Amino acid sequence: MTEDETAQAIAADPEHVRGLLRQMLRVRRLEEECVELYSASKIRGFLHVYIGEEAVAAGVMSVLAADDAVVATYREHGHALLRGVPATAIMAEMYGHAEGCCRGRGGSMHLFDAGTRFYGGNAIVAGGLPLAVGLALADKMAGRHRVTVCFFGEGAVAEGEFHESLNLAALWDLPVLFCCENNLYAMGTALERSESQTDIALKAAVYEVSAWAVDGMDVLAVEEAARRAVDAVRGGGGPHFLELRTYRFRAHSMFDPERYREKAEVERWMKRDPIVLLRSALEASGALSSDQWEALEQEVAAEVRDAVAFAEAGTLEPVEELTRFVYSERSPR
Amino acid sequence: MKTTYREAIRAAIRDAMQRDERVFLMGEDVGRYGGGFAVSLGLLEEFGPRRIRDTPLSEAGFVGAGIGAALGGMRPIVEIMTVNFSLLALDQIVNNAATLLHMSGGQFNVPIVIRMTTGGGRQLAAQHSHSLEGWIAHIPGLRVLAPATLEDARGMLWTALEDPDPVLIFEHGSLYNVAGELADDAGAVDTDTAAVRRAGADVSLITYGGTLPTVLEAAEALANDDIDAEVLDLRTLRPLDDDAIVATVEKTHRAVVIDEGWRSGGISAELSARITENAFFDLDAPVARVCSEEVPVPYAKHLERAALPSVERIVAAAREAVGARG
Ligand SMILES: Cc1ncc(C[n+]2csc(CCOP(=O)(O)OP(=O)(O)O)c2C)c(N)n1
Repeated sequence: MTEDETAQAIAADPEHVRGLLRQMLRVRRLEEECVELYSASKIRGFLHVYIGEEAVAAGVMSVLAADDAVVATYREHGHALLRGVPATAIMAEMYGHAEGCCRGRGGSMHLFDAGTRFYGGNAIVAGGLPLAVGLALADKMAGRHRVTVCFFGEGAVAEGEFHESLNLAALWDLPVLFCCENNLYAMGTALERSESQTDIALKAAVYEVSAWAVDGMDVLAVEEAARRAVDAVRGGGGPHFLELRTYRFRAHSMFDPERYREKAEVERWMKRDPIVLLRSALEASGALSSDQWEALEQEVAAEVRDAVAFAEAGTLEPVEELTRFVYSERSPR
Repeated sequence: MKTTYREAIRAAIRDAMQRDERVFLMGEDVGRYGGGFAVSLGLLEEFGPRRIRDTPLSEAGFVGAGIGAALGGMRPIVEIMTVNFSLLALDQIVNNAATLLHMSGGQFNVPIVIRMTTGGGRQLAAQHSHSLEGWIAHIPGLRVLAPATLEDARGMLWTALEDPDPVLIFEHGSLYNVAGELADDAGAVDTDTAAVRRAGADVSLITYGGTLPTVLEAAEALANDDIDAEVLDLRTLRPLDDDAIVATVEKTHRAVVIDEGWRSGGISAELSARITENAFFDLDAPVARVCSEEVPVPYAKHLERAALPSVERIVAAAREAVGARG
């Protein structure tokens, strides 16, 4: 968005825009803590943080209804949190504790929550796209006007499941919103080293899916695009596709020496930190005082503190429970 | 009522579609074409394209979509033409269907039924003839069924649809044309137990699926030699009915496992191991196995026949187990 458009959006509803800032900050601070906890060996396994990309989840989640569904990837702490999974349950899951949202079975890469229709947490690149198509198919067949949103990285675009899913969704006119988080790298592989055609929205359009690219560092732009797309999908307009151009500030995971990109490139992108950008815009509009910012930081810090305390106080699932949830325990639906 | 294995499955699909609005069938050519093996012939006309859904050639896509639809409250029957093509959807079957319940700490079960053709014997060579159900039976979180009779072809589907978790049904291609009598009121059958298809006292022939008719034929040949073979049809490959396996071995003290899969690392190895674990002191002879030769199933008729378990090989193995009598 231009400076003027941003100022207008702030003037129209400063409270709402501050809310978006708050959401991004919640993800940022929670994940900064996760990185610390990883170094302290409290969190183990693979840990993929979303730092730098928060505007995408914040903007998209903001326009979803309570009964919409979300499918995400292994880089999904932020999506889970902003979808409404409590930070406490997320943190306890990363600790591998029984109080975690998956009772310690999933960990960082597999957060699930039935209450918010959050269908994971999938560590197979592109593995979630067919699920999203199926969730949308179920809604369409049942005559429900719900939207299924599917997040994935641009690395997924090279997988067969991406193409099969877009084709099916378009062929059957299903209510799915595909959100491609294009952070330019799949682990160490730059987009132009993996795709002959690097215009991802164009690829989606080939399947007759309405698609466009959005500045993924501008939460207001993301929200506006997501609202337009979600409204269209909900209104029976078939699948839509957003390519959200963003950047991951941190390493791919905790085991990545980042040999594949220049520090200068990272620094260039960090100037477009979505949190810094929005905070400055709010301040410039006089819609965020330093007291308000301080209060926000404190509130978020308290949430993170509580989450860590909750996880620390958590218990280990008894080993006797090991083989539970391989098959259902309840009677058939 | 006179019917065939193919018609029995079709009747089961029709019945399920009528009983439960959430049930639908999807797969390659299940609609207009009538099904790769004509199982769903006529169902499109009866139920319409919304519930009999032709899919593109996208095994991972539509199997995954079936999993998603199951998560979304539907009861999909997904047909994969043959087990060989299911390999393109293994990611969805193994990494999603089998794991979501556990990874979600019990929150998301996946009530999907995936049907596919398996097995050889029709000179279709190495990309259409393999029996990979033993592989799939390796995976916790799945239930694996192998209907070998008209009753099971008719009855397993509804039970599978009532299962809250993913069920895979393997239909052996050589069974579709098997004809016989089926009770007019044939309906759901259990999917937990193995069944004795022929009672006997001297040796247990343990098998499943498309090999059952061959094994029954071998049992008759053995009877001519005064060897009284018991035939156990496993019916369900995961979970295995350990009680029935132990019971037959306790009765005959000799076991021959017959499996169209390969011997190395196959389900026959699993059965042999379980017999040694659970009934070792009841055995009067080593457990024997008759499996497919360790080659990709060849095209030429004589080669294919030599590769698959045959009446002669089963008879020979059974005779050896009972000590070369007769
Ligand atoms: C099918 C599959 N292949 C490879 C991997 C290993 N892997 C994990 S993340 C990743 C990169 C994916 O990049 P992208 O989709 O752009 O998402 P990002 O990590 O940038 O968010 C790879 C190759 C995997 N998890 N799944």
